Amino acid sequence: MPKKGVNENELLHVAEIARLKLSDEEIKLFSKQIGDVIAWFDKLSEVDTKNVKPSMHPLENVNVAREDSVEECLDTKDVFANTNHKEKGFFKGPRIV
Amino acid sequence: MNALDFIKKAKKGEINLEDFYSKLFKKLYDIDKKYECFITICEEEAFNQLKNLPNGRLYGLPVSVKDALCTKDVRTTAGSRILSDYKPPFDSTVVARIKAEGGVIIGKTCMDEFGFGGFSTNCAFKVPKNPHDIERSCGGSSGGAGCITAVLDEPHIAIGESTGGSISSPASFCGVCGLTPTYGRVSRYGLIDYANSLDKIGPMAKTVREIALMLNVIAGFDEKDQTTLNENVPNYEKIDNIKGFVIGVPKEYFDGVSDVIAEKVWDAIKKLEDKGCKIKELSLKMTKYALPAYYVTATSEASTNLAKFCGMRYGLELPLEGNFNEYFSKVRAQGFGEEAKRRIILGTYARMSGYRSKYYLQALKVRTLVINDFKKAFKTCDLLAAPTMPVLAPRFDELEKLSPIENYMMDVLTVAPNLAGIPMLSIPCGSIDGLPAGLHLMADHLQEQKLINAGVALHG
Repeated sequence: MPKKGVNENELLHVAEIARLKLSDEEIKLFSKQIGDVIAWFDKLSEVDTKNVKPSMHPLENVNVAREDSVEECLDTKDVFANTNHKEKGFFKGPRIV
Repeated sequence: MNALDFIKKAKKGEINLEDFYSKLFKKLYDIDKKYECFITICEEEAFNQLKNLPNGRLYGLPVSVKDALCTKDVRTTAGSRILSDYKPPFDSTVVARIKAEGGVIIGKTCMDEFGFGGFSTNCAFKVPKNPHDIERSCGGSSGGAGCITAVLDEPHIAIGESTGGSISSPASFCGVCGLTPTYGRVSRYGLIDYANSLDKIGPMAKTVREIALMLNVIAGFDEKDQTTLNENVPNYEKIDNIKGFVIGVPKEYFDGVSDVIAEKVWDAIKKLEDKGCKIKELSLKMTKYALPAYYVTATSEASTNLAKFCGMRYGLELPLEGNFNEYFSKVRAQGFGEEAKRRIILGTYARMSGYRSKYYLQALKVRTLVINDFKKAFKTCDLLAAPTMPVLAPRFDELEKLSPIENYMMDVLTVAPNLAGIPMLSIPCGSIDGLPAGLHLMADHLQEQKLINAGVALHG
């Protein structure tokens, strides 16, 4: 049976994995909407895909590697141009623990 | 004057480019006031380009670029608040190729946030207005590109980008031409991606000949994008006769389509018949499953792609407070719009342990069947023809009432070819009460030339 609605706990769990802090209004809105869309995704189960390979890409492609040689890259001035969180040639981030 | 004549004259020195651009920018500001099609207008940068313009295939031509493509030192937002002040330190390959051929970047066009939408209403900055009725949508997500292409009465070509129909939809609603190339035909390097296995960059213009010109410039292998195809780029401007082409008409593509649009599309198909093509009705059985398969695939890829926007290195940032989970979650909550959050949650859900096989892998298997459907059709057909959009450009107040699923349903005719990565061309095929309808032509992988030949035969 296709599932209807996604309960609040389930939604908050997914949001946590996705690193999204949802507001109370968003929780209310998304619980219903996400559930409806997921129920619609269930339609895919009707298709017999036994022995069918998944297509990660629309065309077959191959891995491409280049010579492992030194090439020109962005100047560090450019690399750090879009952030205030930097120090002594490193990006600064939030604490890990 | 079209782009081709303009470039010829500019090369001969018959156009004073400084004067031309002074007048052009006045016009662009006026247009933008009324239609809101640009996120950024690049006047200063354009005049800088003029100082040292390469005498190439696009010499002096104004080119607008969807804001999803990185432009060096020019604000590039992808329509999102999370990138509202981002200035890339590099050009995307497409922009670099345009500049190297003497094309002049005039501005960055409006779009749904990260391409998440079919109506250019999920925008952090401006919502572009339809040139034929400003209370209606331009289509999306390349809505600004469609709008400026239709409105501007000067030579110009736009660069759009499509994941599930984002070039075809605005081309149809705005009454211009839009080509979505084969996946991998054009480099995606420097594109702020929506879904890696679906994104394609392509030209939009008033005529198909102008599209061929731009495709010649942007197509081809790029070592910076390992999914670009290492295949020869033909001269797309060399137009051939379409006599003898077999045009397949998939019956599923007329289900639920407004009668007035179906009539215009059939008129266009009859014109192809008059030009010596053979019409063949056929069935693409996987059509109804393509839409959910597309949305599972696209949201899954989007949810991983958007993980990089977390308040570090570039984009929106806040004081570094709390641990990394708290910080990232807070930045993303502030930076992403509602539809972006919805798609991140959907994609995360579809890839989650316990659901991955049921949704994500099943969608990719259905995708294989969709591709097989098309491959079978192209064994006997040169092109497929269908309506581009099932409705005329909707009014903004009508769109507000749609639920997310009703909204996604509007992509029903464009997602299957996008999922299969085949090239497609939308061209205008008449209008109803002043609103344009679009004919959608689809071809096998790398058969852009056939689309261009048929497009020129019908539309020029």
